[in-house]
Amino acid sequence: MTLLEARDLRVEFVSRGRRARAVDGVNLALAEGEIVALVGESGCGKTTLARTLLGLERPVSGSVRYGGSPLRYSSRALKAYRREVQLVLQDPTGSLNPRHTVYEAVAEGPRIHRLPDEGERVASALSRAGLRPPERFFGRHPHELSGGQRQRVVIAGALALEPRVLVADEPVASLDASVRGEILALLLRLRAELGLSALVVTHDLGLAWNIADRVAVMYLGRIVESGPVEHVLTAPSHPYTRALLSVLPDAPSPVVLGGEPPDATRVPPGCRFHPRCQVLASGAAAEAGVAELCASRPLPVLPSSPGAHVACHHAEATILRGRAGGRS
Amino acid sequence: MSDPLGDPVSHLAGGPMTGLERLAARGASNGPASAPASGPAGLLELHDVSVTYRGADGDVPAVRGVSLALEAGEALGVAGESGSGKSTLAMSLLRLLPRDARVSGRILLEGEDVLAMNWGRLRAVRWASASVVFQGAQHALNPVRRIGDQIAEPMLVHGTATPAEARRRAAELLEQVGLPAWRARGHPHELSGGQRQRVMIAMALACSPRLIVADEPTTALDVMIQAQVLTLIRSLVAGHGIGLIMISHDLSVLASTCDRLAIMYAGRVVESGPARQVFRGAAHPYGRALAEAFPTVGDPASRRAPRGLGGDPPDPAHLPAGCSFHPRCPVSLVSCASEPVELRPVTARGPTGVPGGLTGNGAVPDGRTVDDTAPGGPGGRAGRAGRPHVAACVHVGEEAR
Amino acid sequence: MIPQAPRRIARARRRAALSRFCRAYARDRAGLYGAAILLAAVLAALATPLVTDPSGMDVTATTGEAMAPPSAGFPLGTDESGRSVLLMLLWGSRVSLLIGFMSALLSMVIGTVFGVVAGHFRGPVGAVLMRVTDWFLVLPSLVLAMVLAAVLGGGVSTIVLAIGVTSWASTARLIRAQTLAVEARPYIERSRALGAGHWHVMTRHVLPNVAPLVLANTTLTVASAIVAESTLAFLGAGSGQVSWGGMLRGSYDWGAATSGAWWYVLPPGLCIVAVVLAFTLCGRALETVLNPRLRGAAR
Repeated sequence: MTLLEARDLRVEFVSRGRRARAVDGVNLALAEGEIVALVGESGCGKTTLARTLLGLERPVSGSVRYGGSPLRYSSRALKAYRREVQLVLQDPTGSLNPRHTVYEAVAEGPRIHRLPDEGERVASALSRAGLRPPERFFGRHPHELSGGQRQRVVIAGALALEPRVLVADEPVASLDASVRGEILALLLRLRAELGLSALVVTHDLGLAWNIADRVAVMYLGRIVESGPVEHVLTAPSHPYTRALLSVLPDAPSPVVLGGEPPDATRVPPGCRFHPRCQVLASGAAAEAGVAELCASRPLPVLPSSPGAHVACHHAEATILRGRAGGRS
Repeated sequence: MSDPLGDPVSHLAGGPMTGLERLAARGASNGPASAPASGPAGLLELHDVSVTYRGADGDVPAVRGVSLALEAGEALGVAGESGSGKSTLAMSLLRLLPRDARVSGRILLEGEDVLAMNWGRLRAVRWASASVVFQGAQHALNPVRRIGDQIAEPMLVHGTATPAEARRRAAELLEQVGLPAWRARGHPHELSGGQRQRVMIAMALACSPRLIVADEPTTALDVMIQAQVLTLIRSLVAGHGIGLIMISHDLSVLASTCDRLAIMYAGRVVESGPARQVFRGAAHPYGRALAEAFPTVGDPASRRAPRGLGGDPPDPAHLPAGCSFHPRCPVSLVSCASEPVELRPVTARGPTGVPGGLTGNGAVPDGRTVDDTAPGGPGGRAGRAGRPHVAACVHVGEEAR
Repeated sequence: MIPQAPRRIARARRRAALSRFCRAYARDRAGLYGAAILLAAVLAALATPLVTDPSGMDVTATTGEAMAPPSAGFPLGTDESGRSVLLMLLWGSRVSLLIGFMSALLSMVIGTVFGVVAGHFRGPVGAVLMRVTDWFLVLPSLVLAMVLAAVLGGGVSTIVLAIGVTSWASTARLIRAQTLAVEARPYIERSRALGAGHWHVMTRHVLPNVAPLVLANTTLTVASAIVAESTLAFLGAGSGQVSWGGMLRGSYDWGAATSGAWWYVLPPGLCIVAVVLAFTLCGRALETVLNPRLRGAAR
């Protein structure tokens, strides 16, 4: 059952007098108990999408839907929504007020929402996040904790509100390699124990492989490929996904994309990836007869349904030809 | 000790070796065991280097007796988590540490002891012989000065070029790192993060140094930009014969960029050896944990099974007795808590076995390896045997038996 | 059981933090001197009504000779009406310090509220508040204070109001800058995601983080308020009560400096200098101790 959904979502900013289309038409659904990884480079709009899903940013069109009904932006409705969908930020050191103790940091949510049994709530959230025994951590200040412990405190702070969805923005990017796996394992355990859904925003495909059920690859405000992790990461269809996978340290033949990094104030016509596309550059797209389409015809917004989807003229042409070949 | 390979020194002294082999074999170790042998000096040699910070509550050891050697044209990756002493070690190479740090041991840069240099000589060596690409280098550029001027600055400071030459060279350097020469007239804010990192590398190259120390050069960058910068670094090391020391917590990045790896824990090198061998067949449980932290996409073993290391890094002021890793070690023995462990050679049949899998040349671009220069055959495997894979763990000796 | 424990721990923590603060402050020698001078001045001002007779301040009931040099009966001589300068100094300190403290307090309250609110609401509200602040910043505050004092009529509260209303603008700018820095921290985002409203963010996160700055700045503001009060009194826009500035005015009116009556000019002048210096020293010391960056470096 779909719990949290973005429907044809568009978010814009004005940046240096220009309109930046940070999120430019996105459908994304998160089912109950599902972990979805949203992957892309910085500036692709993934963080803006996550903030909009949390109601921290307002879309110019489209809607965020939770439990089937659209999110309302009155302060009362938003406050109620916060108990359902919670946020974990990248930098645990910055996410904790240095003047607050661990107890105060975790109790902040329950205090805002005036929840009963504050102490027990905090204790159970801390132990769920793996800080045991919780009483030992109550009086500590963030600077007395290691990076991994700080991120656990941030997660405990979210858990204290008993949410059903966690939106985690690069939850392990600023942590040490050794701690990374522990925090990811914690997310998996929370899903198993509490049925928690999670949307993990990351630039790290290894993270998606480690924990996610589905992955959505975002480029310049659009999702260009989505589907089950096993499918998308082992048999990628979109040239951009393929390029991202090829530059992983272990991959055999890296395709390092050149060109300027994507700029949301200047979205190219046609396929928005075409100026950097290695398939187009190699002539493979021309061979398939889609080179002109790439530069001129925009691609449709991908649906949010669970199957595998790709927004690429070349991939579509190849699939069509494959089907035709299969019939003949 | 029944195992003849148990003691690296006796092993090294055992057979006839060329000077280069001996130097290479010395690789990395802890403690004074590997005193410098006579022979041609490498680009950089560290002998029993220790760094201690004087704190209010007593001395805190950050680096505890590290010995390393680096050839020209070779890339050495130093891995470890924060607090392992890897950045302190890197900064000590050019004496860039704060005042309250005390460095002991010997740091030989082209045979000259960095620790014994006077200020004038040290200033000349910084940038000119060795330069540093700092962590978070994007913020190290002066926002109000033109990029070309900032690249030219070290050349002018060291008097190696006239202003006109320096300008020309700055433009050349920009092209060398893959940026158009006209960027020299621009300001840092016009560049993206990856481009700024390239400018930092161009600055580091300005005085044609023989050694570059890169401290987490790609940590804040996206995968695609990271790939661009790593490709650039690899080609520079290969093309110019520059020695590279790269610091990171990401073993997979180091393994794909460097020829050799050294893994640090609590101020010591706990494992070192050829990059692929350490990455694929880490013998030390800590090395294994670091290697497993970044999964291979497509590997079914790591699917929905993120692996990490429990516990927290030790407090440098109160290090555990014996092997400092034992409180977090999944395979520790009772003796680990009391007996310190020295580096021991890892046999070819390490924990994960197959040495054939280690010769894949993914580690070194364009097939150029240091081993090719070693006498006794260009074969990668034979050459590699001269640079032992060592690890400081009691289990290593047992496995050899 | 459990809910009590964290509070107890928090209290113990706060006590420890306070003693740490005291130790850090004690390491600042200049700050200690400042605090000692201040303590002496405040104690003297508080003790004055207990140990002296206010009737000595009444010009109709004076016993001394006019403009007499220091003597056993009048250790600091007398003024033009024959009042003891020492007595005037003691009573004047009450007025000067009171006006200094009160107007600094008023200035800080206005400045902090404007600064925090303008920094928190970055939309039109913040813009309007900052324009108002800028307006007060460029206004010649001394002239405005004199006009205010003249319009509102004499009295301590008038002077407090006049100084307080004209001196908050720079504080507001300072606090706003600090608020912007705090608001950019990720923990503010986390707090908002937890459901916090404007009030919660401003009171639980922004205010505690700007409070050290406010405290250090208040100390410095007291000094400038005392100077402002003296200036106003000297220019004739006084509170109508004897203050250090008022004494200077009196000595000027009667040509004390030219006629060699140093005992009338120097004591109030030196008192102003000493107290202002003391507040400045304390403010600087507080800044050093409370600035998280400097404190972090010390650890």
